[in-house]
Amino acid sequence: MNNIISTDKLTRTFGAFTAVNAISFEVHEGEIFGFLGANGAGKTTALKMLTGLLTPTSGKAMVAGYDVWREPEQVKRRIGYMSQKFSLYEDLTVRENIRLFGGIYGLKMSEIKAKTTQLLEKLQLEAEADKLVGSLPLGWKQKLAFSVALLHDPKIVFLDEPTSGVDPLTRRQFWELIYEAAHTGVTLMVTTHYMEEAEYCGRVSMMVDGSIEALDTPRNLKDKFGAKNMDEVFRKLARG
Amino acid sequence: MNRFSAFVQKEFRHILRDRRTLLILFGMPVIQVLLFGFVLTNEIKNASIAVLDPSKDAESIALTNKLVSSGYFQLNRNLGSPDELDPAFRSGKIKMAIVFPPDFAQSLNEPSSLNAHPATIQIIGDASDPNTATTLINYANAIIGDYQQEKAAHSGLSPNAMSIVTQTRMRYNPEQKGVFNFVPGVMTLILMLVSAMMTSITIAREKELGTMEVLLVSPLQPIQIILGKTAPYLVLTLLNAVVIVLVGILIFGMPMRGSIVLLAAECVLYMFVALSLGILISTRSKDQMTAMFMSALGLMMPTMLLSGFIFPRESMPVPLQVIGNVIPATWFNTIIKGIMIKGVGLEVLWKQTLVLGGMALFFLGLSLRNFKDRL
Repeated sequence: MNNIISTDKLTRTFGAFTAVNAISFEVHEGEIFGFLGANGAGKTTALKMLTGLLTPTSGKAMVAGYDVWREPEQVKRRIGYMSQKFSLYEDLTVRENIRLFGGIYGLKMSEIKAKTTQLLEKLQLEAEADKLVGSLPLGWKQKLAFSVALLHDPKIVFLDEPTSGVDPLTRRQFWELIYEAAHTGVTLMVTTHYMEEAEYCGRVSMMVDGSIEALDTPRNLKDKFGAKNMDEVFRKLARG
Repeated sequence: MNRFSAFVQKEFRHILRDRRTLLILFGMPVIQVLLFGFVLTNEIKNASIAVLDPSKDAESIALTNKLVSSGYFQLNRNLGSPDELDPAFRSGKIKMAIVFPPDFAQSLNEPSSLNAHPATIQIIGDASDPNTATTLINYANAIIGDYQQEKAAHSGLSPNAMSIVTQTRMRYNPEQKGVFNFVPGVMTLILMLVSAMMTSITIAREKELGTMEVLLVSPLQPIQIILGKTAPYLVLTLLNAVVIVLVGILIFGMPMRGSIVLLAAECVLYMFVALSLGILISTRSKDQMTAMFMSALGLMMPTMLLSGFIFPRESMPVPLQVIGNVIPATWFNTIIKGIMIKGVGLEVLWKQTLVLGGMALFFLGLSLRNFKDRL
């Protein structure tokens, strides 16, 4: 199996505080990789280093075959990103948002047009195409944001707590979109603090205080810790 | 599709959809120019004056009464000798002094052909407040002219038959730099406001909403993001500059003696300084509120107070004058006045232009470095 992400002792400190402490792990091509941990455990910092938003204090990370700090441009072309906060522009229409991100990722005008039609159809948003994104319900916005992150056919998409603040039904639908994307061969790296979502992932890593304390499939983790569900695994881990 | 143009298009959409921003962009310059033009310089009432009248004849007393009854002036004191002028001004209790000659009525009523020395009145203004001084002196001149005409009509003589000559003196600031103070001043202020404040707010907004991360993760270069964010404001600010200059010329009679091309070029240079300051502020602020306060306190206040726009730099204490030297508006003010009022070009203004250019490079470099380091 090919590794699409591999890190080697990746570390980031802020002053005396070590946010991410020498983490080494691999993500396989085409898998849904869950990146779990409590708030402040270092998930977001690790994710920011993998996407090139933050320089590491030491260590190394390869994403989609390129070194994140030596060849950031190559990496950026091949990754998609959906942030914790809503990542589209609310004062632009659905169509304008798609066009903007298509433009930023260097798609041709004809490609953008074709993809816009395709995407609107898939999300059943044709009627809302020329409405401001701000007027859409949160669940739709998030689905749209995810689809826009996939617009330039990235090899890997980073989703930073994509489902926070969404009702269970919409969350479920959102995960269907994630599965659909995974079927097309895209790798997905998802951070979340909803433990039941961890069950949907192929493999999960659990971060506690800046280190990865466990990394395996949900089934293996539950067996290893003798737990009924992921929530219990996490609580046992966090207690030390 | 070109990355950069897609990005700039988005910026224009943001601006055009936000009514509040549009109002600030286009309403403010006009309101400011009008405010400063009318409120700051006109409508002065009951200004305290002193009169030095050695002749004390019917004419001088009648003229003094006319001045005081106009409503613009009130007599603060009668002076006994020219020596009392200086202390009176120093005390700050009078804004203007009128000095009559010893033989006012006599020289006024002599036929003009025999008039060896015309009736000369000195009007002395306190030009440490140049706007007020100029206005007061203009009022006084108009009232004296009025008096002369009435008197001529009354005695059936032609207005030319007798003449009162007024001599104007300015104290503390003899060049009367306040005359065309506000149009250049508002220009420095508005261009700074729109360029720096708007840029810092728009960048801070992307950070606040989380969209900045999405942009930074994309293949857009930081320099493209910065230029894309600032380009629309550069265009709009230039439009603003045109509006201000037009209002200044058409409504307030500001002259335009120098090169318009040079003025436009200097405006663009100044905007670059302001824009890079705006970017610098945005790299230091997490949200729109902080950006707004930092721009207001760090840029607006010094621009208004220390650049010589409202208060003359000459009368400031030395430390404040030194601080004034590092404020871009100080140099830009001199440039606008030089071009519009004096009609000079780069042969005189090269030094100010170089200083602005240096500031532009310095702040742009600094903000680019900061922009990369901080998110």
